[in-house]
Parts: sequence; C-alpha cells; structure tokens
Amino acid sequence: MATIAARVVPVPVRLGGGRHIVERNFLLYRRSWVVFLSGFFEPVFYLLSIGIGVAHLVGDFTLSDGTKIAYAAFVAPAMLASSAMNGAIFDSTYNIFFRMKYAKLYDSMLATPLRPWDVATGEITWALLRGAIYSAMFVLVMLIMGLVSSWWALLALPASVLIGFAFAGAGMALTTFMRSWQDFEFVQLAIMPMFLFSATFYPVETYPGVIRWLVEITPLYQGVVLERAFTTGTVGWFLVVHALYLAALGTLGMYVASRRLGKLLLK
Amino acid sequence: MVLAVENGRRMFDYWLTVYKRTWKGTMISSFLLPMLYLAAMGIGLGSFVDSNGTGALGGVSYLQFIAPGLLASTAVQIAVGESTYPVLSGLKWQKFYHSMIATPLRPADVVYGQLAFIAFRVLSSCAVFLVIIALFGGLKSPLAVLGLPVALLVGMAVAGPIAAYATTLENDAGFAMVFRFGVVPAFLFSGAFFPVSQLPNWIEWLAYVSPLWHAVDLCRNLSLGTVNPWLALVNVVYLLAWFIAGTWLAVRGFTKKLVG
Repeated sequence: MATIAARVVPVPVRLGGGRHIVERNFLLYRRSWVVFLSGFFEPVFYLLSIGIGVAHLVGDFTLSDGTKIAYAAFVAPAMLASSAMNGAIFDSTYNIFFRMKYAKLYDSMLATPLRPWDVATGEITWALLRGAIYSAMFVLVMLIMGLVSSWWALLALPASVLIGFAFAGAGMALTTFMRSWQDFEFVQLAIMPMFLFSATFYPVETYPGVIRWLVEITPLYQGVVLERAFTTGTVGWFLVVHALYLAALGTLGMYVASRRLGKLLLK
Repeated sequence: MVLAVENGRRMFDYWLTVYKRTWKGTMISSFLLPMLYLAAMGIGLGSFVDSNGTGALGGVSYLQFIAPGLLASTAVQIAVGESTYPVLSGLKWQKFYHSMIATPLRPADVVYGQLAFIAFRVLSSCAVFLVIIALFGGLKSPLAVLGLPVALLVGMAVAGPIAAYATTLENDAGFAMVFRFGVVPAFLFSGAFFPVSQLPNWIEWLAYVSPLWHAVDLCRNLSLGTVNPWLALVNVVYLLAWFIAGTWLAVRGFTKKLVG
C-alpha cells in the first residue's frame, strides 16, 4: 500500500527512501538531545542583546512606509530568518561533509537500495524538521515578549521552513564541491556578511545604490523581508516573489546535490 | 624554570611550523569577520544610535563605543577557537600530544607551548584589527594602543580554563555548549554593544563575573581616555587570576590525560 502511494504522489512529495535517513538522524540525536536543544538559545541571546540592550540606544524605528516600530520588533523577525539560515547551513555543510568524507556514511547507504536522491531529500527533510522546531520556539518567545503584532505571524513558521529549505539545498549542493575543511571558511565568508548586512539590524534603505541592490539579491534578504512582513502584518502580493526565489534556490540546490552525490559516490 | 622556558619554546616552534602551512585558512575568521562587525554595527547601526542622541554612551560615537569591545571579543574568540578543537584533536583524534611527551617534553611544557602559540595568534590578529579600527576612526585616545596587551591578557585568561575543559571531553559535543552558553552570551552581554547597566540586575552581575567584561571595560576606558587606575587594577588582577588558575588547571588536565 505504502509503495503504491509513493509511486502515485507527485515528485516533490516522493520522499521515498529519504524517510529512513530522517529516522536515522532522529535516533542519533535522541542520544544528544541537550546539544539539539541548545541550538535554540543562540538566536534568543541575540534577540535579548540587540533587541533589548541596543534598543535602548536606538529608540523606536520609523519604517519606509511611515509606521513606527519598536527596535526589538524590527530585529526579531530578522533573527528568526537568520537562525533558520544558520541551522540549515550548519546541517547541510559541516555535518554532511563529515558524513560524506570521514564517516563514509553515504557510501554505506548507497550500498543499500537507497539512491542519491533519497540521501539528498532525507538529509534536507531532517534539517527542515530540526529548523522548524527551533523556529516554533523562537516565534513563541517573540509572542511572549510582545513582538508580534499580527495574525499573519502564523505564516512566520512556514516561511522559516522555506528559508531553511533554500539554504539547506544550496548548502548541500556546495558541500559536494568542497575539498577540505579549509573550504568552509568560504561558507563563513558568505554567511556572516549576509547575517550582518541583509537588512537584519537596520533597514535596507540605509545603503546607497549598488550596495543596496547587492543586498537585495541575497537569499537571506528575501527571508528577512518575508518574516518581517508576517510578524509586523505589512503583507502584500510582492511576498510571492520572495517566496518563489527561496523555493527555486532550494529546489535547484537539492537537484544539484543529488546529481553530484551520485557522481561522487557511485562511480 | 629555564628548562620550562626552553621546552616551551620548542613546543611553540612546532605550532609555528604548523601555522606556516595553515595560516591562510584563519584569515577570514581572524581579520575579515571582526571588520565586518565593525562596519555593520559601528557604522550601519551606529548611524541610528548616533542620531538618537549619544547621551547613554557618554557622548562618544557608537563606533568609538563598540570598537574596543570588539577588540576584546575578537581576542576571546580566537583564544577559544585555538584551545578547543586543536586541543581535543591532539588528545583524541590525532594524538600528537602523546608523541610529544614521548620526548623529554613534560605535559606542562606542552601546555606552555600551546598557550604561547595561542598568545601569538591573539596578539597578531588583534594588532591587525587595532590598525583597522584606527583607520575606521574608532579610536579616541592614543592610550587605545594599550588595548593590545589587554586583549592578549583576556585571551590567555580564557585559553587556560578551556584547554583544561577540553582534556575532560570524550567528543566535541561539549564545545557546542562552551560556544552557546559561554562564548556567545559573553560576546553579547559583556558590554561590547551596550552598557551592561542597562541589563536586569542579575544579568548585570553575571557580566561582571565574565572575564570579557573586564577586558571590554579596560579597553574602552583606555580608548576613550577615561581610565580610573584603581578600577583598571581590579580588571587586570581579575584577568591575571583567571590566567594563572586556568593555566594550572590545564597543566593538571594534560598531566592526568597524558601520563596519569
């Protein structure tokens, strides 16, 4: 029955063998749940430090459309988007690289009926589940701190899963090109500037011409726009474009990753 | 004593040889990232802080306020980075410490050499960062140059205890805890980005316990030219105490692990 269902459903839902990988990771993390849970605290610390400490210094923010907003409410959605990015990148780069190169995990998996596509979808699904748990807790903290001002915030969670999907796909695709741990400095080189400059701490209007355009094409910026719109309730049709951008990036990444995994491991 | 210095020197020489092959990989995290923080927070966010009035900061620009804080934080981050994975790797994965003490080197010498190399990493990275801060206009007084020895001191104050902690671990999961509940909160709440007096009382006291706060305070007072000699003495003595206790713990941990 299950196999018939798996053959009938359309491609994106065809998780198939990937579910075994999700199960494997679940069993693995059951043994180190403290490490698992601790991942939640980092964005909360950032929120408390910047959103409350620095907020005293900044005062209220006036957005481009004239609405006044507390600085913490401005930063919080950006922290939500960044933590979705960070979690997905960590899972899809360092962890995958270790499993691929050192633990030789995928070699053994591919010796079973699992295919590269299953490995790619399974790992990414796991990263998304993990990210969704962190994001849900973070949204809850925002709610308790009074930083949510609209029912649209219900969409903040799916949006952060979408951000995670985009970065997990891209990260995993890039990981298949990495030669050694030194190459991960380039991951840092891409992640940190995005974290600092993607309209996370102040509005994108601050930047002059070309730089602003550069910021606007980064994937994290797309995510920040989505999350900020949902938690502040300033929603419009333009959000569809940002969501499509992220979906496209994730799909492309997942496709490249599974192609490359097949090439690297099934030669 | 002479023997310890000589043996420590040989160990330091070993680390320098390794670093000659790997220094390129450290460029981004040691130089570029602090610089980006300086630009994003000091200049970007700074323009909003400054336009809101700088009364809370005692009249200095936000860039000048956070630059010394970032210098001290950078020192801590480099020191922690060098006393976590490399140490565990030497004890567990590559086991190069074991081969070292198969020579006339004692575990204490191994620790001294390791710490000397961490000192070198902290000092060289922070010196470059200090020049960058100066170019950005983040220094107010020439005394800011003294921030460099303070950065070195805080780096050494945290390197010892963390290396000691690393000797007690079976795998690297413990480091995630050090970063998430030690380094990151210290970075965010030690007064680098805003005066700790804005924090709720009990967190404020936690900040005073953190060695980073003492370094941030001292670096900032030097840079702004507002040093109170007695307070500065307290800062220095506190950091020295961490350094001495941490080194002692590290020697004990290494000895236990390598010959115990």
